Amino acid sequence: MKAFGGKVLFLDRSDINTDEIIPAKYLTEITKEALKPHMLEDLKGFDPQAPESRNARVVVTRANFGCGSSREHAPWVFEMNDINVVIASSFARIFRQNMFNCGMLAIELPEDAISSLFRHNDGTAEITPDFRNDTLTIISRRGRDTVPYRIAKFDKALVEAGGWVDFADAKY
Amino acid sequence: MALTLAEKIFKSHLRDEPFPGTKVLDIDVVMCHEITTPIAINDLVARGKDRVFDPNKIKVVIDHVTPAKDTKTAQQGKILRDWAHRHQIKDFFDIGRNGVCHVLFPEQGFIRPGYTVIMGDSHTCTHGAFGAFAAGVGTTDLEVGILKGVCAFREPKTIRINVNGTVPEGVYAKDIILRIIRELTVKGATDCVIEFQGEVVRKMSMESRMTLCNMAIEAGGTSGICMPDGVTVAYLWPFISSEYPDKKAARRDFRKWWSDRGCSYVKVVDIDVTGMEPQVTSGYKPDEVKGVSEMAGTPVDQVYIGSCTNGRLEDLRIAAQYLKGKTIAPSVRGIVSPATPKIFRDADRLGIIRIFMDAGFCVTNPTCGACLGMSNGVLAPGEVCASTTNRNFNGRMGKGGMVHLMSPAVAAVTALEGKITDPRHYRKEKLR
Repeated sequence: MKAFGGKVLFLDRSDINTDEIIPAKYLTEITKEALKPHMLEDLKGFDPQAPESRNARVVVTRANFGCGSSREHAPWVFEMNDINVVIASSFARIFRQNMFNCGMLAIELPEDAISSLFRHNDGTAEITPDFRNDTLTIISRRGRDTVPYRIAKFDKALVEAGGWVDFADAKY
Repeated sequence: MALTLAEKIFKSHLRDEPFPGTKVLDIDVVMCHEITTPIAINDLVARGKDRVFDPNKIKVVIDHVTPAKDTKTAQQGKILRDWAHRHQIKDFFDIGRNGVCHVLFPEQGFIRPGYTVIMGDSHTCTHGAFGAFAAGVGTTDLEVGILKGVCAFREPKTIRINVNGTVPEGVYAKDIILRIIRELTVKGATDCVIEFQGEVVRKMSMESRMTLCNMAIEAGGTSGICMPDGVTVAYLWPFISSEYPDKKAARRDFRKWWSDRGCSYVKVVDIDVTGMEPQVTSGYKPDEVKGVSEMAGTPVDQVYIGSCTNGRLEDLRIAAQYLKGKTIAPSVRGIVSPATPKIFRDADRLGIIRIFMDAGFCVTNPTCGACLGMSNGVLAPGEVCASTTNRNFNGRMGKGGMVHLMSPAVAAVTALEGKITDPRHYRKEKLR
């Protein structure tokens, strides 16, 4: 299983699409490593040099994250930057499945719970998911909150198996 | 129990339900292109599992960047080409025979009612026009599809859209789907199949139905879907004529897939197109849609007609009706990309290519190219493109560029004027 948790990058917008996460011009790469420098390159207002960008291990964002293209390069560019958890009020289907298929965590929370996480956006926030008990804890200078979440049993099994290829290969 | 078309397909293709709510389906067609497949191939090789579940059910094309523009795209093509040869995949379409996947594969008769289809491409939802469940997936799902012929889904709910009324002059399938996306929003159909019904859809050609289904993903939908009927039979007849005594029998057989009376929908939306204006997007999201009169006058630098949304013969014909005998504004770069060699050839035979060229358009080979800003018409920062494609995301056709989505009719008259223009003020010329 991958390592989950750490410093949080807050992206305070809905409908962030896969072209913003990784522009199509980089889809000519045939290794995941080559994607690494281009994370969120076309997202307006994103500063790749800011400490919260460089040190992030978790992304917290709003609704319909990862809409658009089917490119798995979107989860991969996060994976290559050691971000294995994305928390949003909703995901586009293909992006969400791609995350679990790679053994990464896409956690959906109600909008008010997302807003409560955003209240910790002071540059110090860290999130630690407790994968066994389906809760996550956020700690910042503003305090500490623990939030329960739910992911589908299948998706949980994929994370435990390290992704869909290993799961499917063992079973079908 | 009364079932929707999508539910019938799920029931007939169910391989396993590893957990409640997760359905692993047998897949009838696994489609591959050079952008999302090479990493799957390399991973299979690295795992020592360089196999395919059934070479006859895998369809392969090089379409996104073709001819290759640089070493990297040449390499992607080579990985796909070598793999297709290695596994004796006979339906492999390389340069000279290749075209935009979601136009080429239906044209080859690969999609049938009741099929399950996956591809590492979000616009796979297009193929639902044939009454199939067709879903875009990522590279890992594609990899498992190639190796095992299965894919896992949460069983989608179905949204039914009834399109009724009289289609006004100058209004086409593209306008109707943009109007529907405005209604549903960019996330309104997430984890849902969008079922297109109503008299307007029943009268539509397969080309128009594919345009509708193509943009289901822009509302978050897993697949678009249409009831397979006489129009479907007529389109598929060259491929299915040996399977049925006559067209009537095929039509009767296809009917078994229709959503049952009394089946359950998560949502039903009625759209009356009577009096509707042509539609154009205004912002960076496909649900930011306005009537063309509100957008009229917006200057454009480039007009692009093509893609899996609107690169079919019907689309080229519509645009040519407005362009015949005229020339585009000198400030505009016009680009038309017939989506397959067959469409190119037919358009040539019908004099349509000549009309585009006489009007001042550049006619490119079939490719996805400019639609996603990879080649053949990438925008410079600050430039505006009037486009018949499917996504107006920030940077989609080139960093800092702006895209307005529209029908081939609006695109054609926009090219003539150099600014977004209402086609209803124009006379359509007869084509040969």
